[in-house]
Amino acid sequence: MLDRELVEHTLRTALARGADFAEVFVEDKRSSSALLDDARVERVTSGRDRGAGIRVVVGETTGFAHTADLSRRGLEAAASAAAAAARGGTGGVRRVRLGPPAHAGGPAAVPPGEVATTAKVELLTRADEAARAQGSAITQVTARYGDSRRRILVANSDGVFVDDDQTRTLFSVSCVATGDTGMQTGRESVGRTVGFELFDATDVAELAGRAARRALTKLKARPAPSGSMPVVVGPGGGGVLFHEACGHGLEADLVAKSASAFAGRVGERVATPLVTLIDDATMAGEWGHFGVDDEGHAGARNVLIRDGVLTDYMWDLLRARREGRVSSGNGRRQGYEHLPMVRMTNTYIANGTDDPEAIVADTPRGVYVAQLGGGQVNTATGDFVFGMTEAYLIENGEITAPIREGNLIGNGPEVLQRIDALGDDFAMGSPGTCGKDGQGVPVGDGTPTLRVTSLTVGGTAA
Amino acid sequence: MSELLDIARDLAARARPGEQVEAFVVRSRGTEVRAYDGEIESLTVSDSAGVGVRVVAGGRQGFSYAGTLDPDALDGVLDEARDNAAFGTADPHAGVAEPDGVPIPDLDLYRDALASVPTDDKVALALELEKATRGADGRIIGVESAEYSDGVGEMAVATSGGVEASACETVCYLATHALASEGDETQTGFGFSVGREPADLDPAVAAGDAARRATRLLGARQAPSGRLTVVFDPFVTAQFLGIIGSTLDGESVLKGRSLFADRVGEQVAAPCVRLVDDPTDVRAFTAAAIDAEGLASRRTPLLVDGVLQGFLHDTYTARRAGTRSTASAVRGYSSPPRVGARALRLEPGTRSPDEIVAGIDDGFLVQGVAGLHSGVNPVSGDFSTGAEGLRIRAGELAEPVREVTIASTLQRLLLDVREVGSDLEFLPMSSAGLTLVVDDVTLSGA
Repeated sequence: MLDRELVEHTLRTALARGADFAEVFVEDKRSSSALLDDARVERVTSGRDRGAGIRVVVGETTGFAHTADLSRRGLEAAASAAAAAARGGTGGVRRVRLGPPAHAGGPAAVPPGEVATTAKVELLTRADEAARAQGSAITQVTARYGDSRRRILVANSDGVFVDDDQTRTLFSVSCVATGDTGMQTGRESVGRTVGFELFDATDVAELAGRAARRALTKLKARPAPSGSMPVVVGPGGGGVLFHEACGHGLEADLVAKSASAFAGRVGERVATPLVTLIDDATMAGEWGHFGVDDEGHAGARNVLIRDGVLTDYMWDLLRARREGRVSSGNGRRQGYEHLPMVRMTNTYIANGTDDPEAIVADTPRGVYVAQLGGGQVNTATGDFVFGMTEAYLIENGEITAPIREGNLIGNGPEVLQRIDALGDDFAMGSPGTCGKDGQGVPVGDGTPTLRVTSLTVGGTAA
Repeated sequence: MSELLDIARDLAARARPGEQVEAFVVRSRGTEVRAYDGEIESLTVSDSAGVGVRVVAGGRQGFSYAGTLDPDALDGVLDEARDNAAFGTADPHAGVAEPDGVPIPDLDLYRDALASVPTDDKVALALELEKATRGADGRIIGVESAEYSDGVGEMAVATSGGVEASACETVCYLATHALASEGDETQTGFGFSVGREPADLDPAVAAGDAARRATRLLGARQAPSGRLTVVFDPFVTAQFLGIIGSTLDGESVLKGRSLFADRVGEQVAAPCVRLVDDPTDVRAFTAAAIDAEGLASRRTPLLVDGVLQGFLHDTYTARRAGTRSTASAVRGYSSPPRVGARALRLEPGTRSPDEIVAGIDDGFLVQGVAGLHSGVNPVSGDFSTGAEGLRIRAGELAEPVREVTIASTLQRLLLDVREVGSDLEFLPMSSAGLTLVVDDVTLSGA
């Protein structure tokens, strides 16, 4: 993406005022998307963002500047601005010597950029037809296709010089169903860190049918109950729960600022022994997968909680340096205009041994959540919410009536101690975008069926 | 400024016969300073620009963008938009904006001072904010984040049909998140100060608000479930208005996704609810002279005495609905325009928050909400959100409450509004805040 001499020159400029560390992050991202709504192909778009972010660290201070101008002059200007922002002295020049670049990833099997736009648009119309075929109560369908190819190069004053090539492809369908009780919505999505070969394994008509049936089912939904009760979360869906309940609280930047309910608890039992929580960027094809993180560190599999005991936090380069350890490969950023910070990748709960049907049968009264929406956490208090977009009552050990949408609320450290059943039906959930501090990055998650003995369900029914 | 308009004009002028071209060009420059533990944690200098081009030919629309103003890249953007247009479905209403005769208002939104204030002064503001937050109360044990942030935004739009307009503004703010602790417990609270130049900002106000919000939650417990009157803090009201705004956009209405389609002229909210979208109000930090299609900003009343007046429209939805655009197009450079509220505001009432609380026998002051994106469905109207705040007992603020949800439906919430406070406050978001009292909301807790 940039030749070695130019990268070295930029790093030397960044270090010219004296600094502890300097880094050049170059990104070239091409995206394309197509949107079908109201039975029309409405938006076919494509574009490119390309630029470099330059980071200079002096003591506790990070200076940062970015540029879309990748010429020698543009990079020099950004490097000088970052150095000035870091407020270093005028001292010493450090030598920078980079080796040949390492390659952490290559193009997808079927690069979406080489696929005809008609093939992408055809997926949309197929999904629209399949959703509407579920019945005349389906009154609106929105189908979205999107792909991106993100090539990055990271070089720093420690000699790191590596590039990666990340392709992601996404497809989603949202339906509106209309009945006597008003309108309801149903959504399904699939997204993987692969190219157009995603659609060899994914039938968009089947995906659209599921989204439509979800909306139709919800037309019969009753108001959700209100108050604390047992909650069973179906396979795949529970990942969001752990992302919020403890994932964010295990990010080292928040831990270091005492803004985590899990600070100072490594080695302690923080969950029931059923819980083993892993963050794993190496899961090929998963939505949160990459070869190297946005600081040039290889993606890794990190066990965070083993059999209920907290084993480690997630780290980026700066936090790890301060603690005299290595990064765990969790330094990520939305793009070249942003500073990296500690982020999750694919976060999941390892499989259990219980029979999922027996977990429901063993629950006299409660709520079964088949699909979760997003969530949010206050890491300092541990209080978190997550939405239920498809859920049912459990009555006398059976899944019965569908219930309307709403949030559930709990406290992360408490909820981890209340997981009393874990199924043997592990599945990854839907592709997600984590929005920490305003920066969106793709994340995956997964769980088997699980039960929390008590969570507060935020409905309106007594 | 004229540089952006020149780029937009040049692109629009390349339209071929039978083709409409719209070019949208933006540039933003800013400084962000984060302070932590008495030091500068990070200082970011940003300068971003981009262009989005829309081509409409034969009723088919295509779009392309680039995150640069490099002349070499611009040719490719236009070509790609043209290629993409071939794949759309023909739609007789598709098209870019046309001059509509509404004069562009002259709004005072730009301050030279923002760019001329030395970086050292901005750094000093961030450091002062962090120090003031730490020192605001003995129970403040830390500051999760304290930052100064500013931006100079410029945009220009030109179309082959004769729209040519540009706008610029400056905004800056201080924001701080305090951590308060007592015993094993930690609570958090935020505070901010917003303005158009650094002299408008007050670190003491932001720090004091953050400390008060965090410390008054210490000792919070889950409350028992029940139905009661809730009082939304201005910041919560502003977030609620954002959701209401999304149900009143012309696109949702035309595509059968709005709760309020076919209800123009009906009483959909309590008579004290008077809602307007007014991006010409210079007090709003999202005010701008033009919308994202280059039309003059205008004031659009949405609810008058609780009666629905109409919907927000961009050029496309207005044509399809047989009406005029309300200049409600919003976008970034990397996507085509869509309809959105730009500066929502409720007409304030007459009583202050203190007077309002004094009149409530049993209620819940909601200081913060969580999960509005996950527990609220603007299509079905289901509304459920995590909440924290203080109980109101016999006209006084009482014990703190956490880990509860409040739930209703958007339709009922609007009709159940009992009172609107006098404390109108402009926030760094597209809705203004004020205190709002809503009856008969379900609280879920222990």
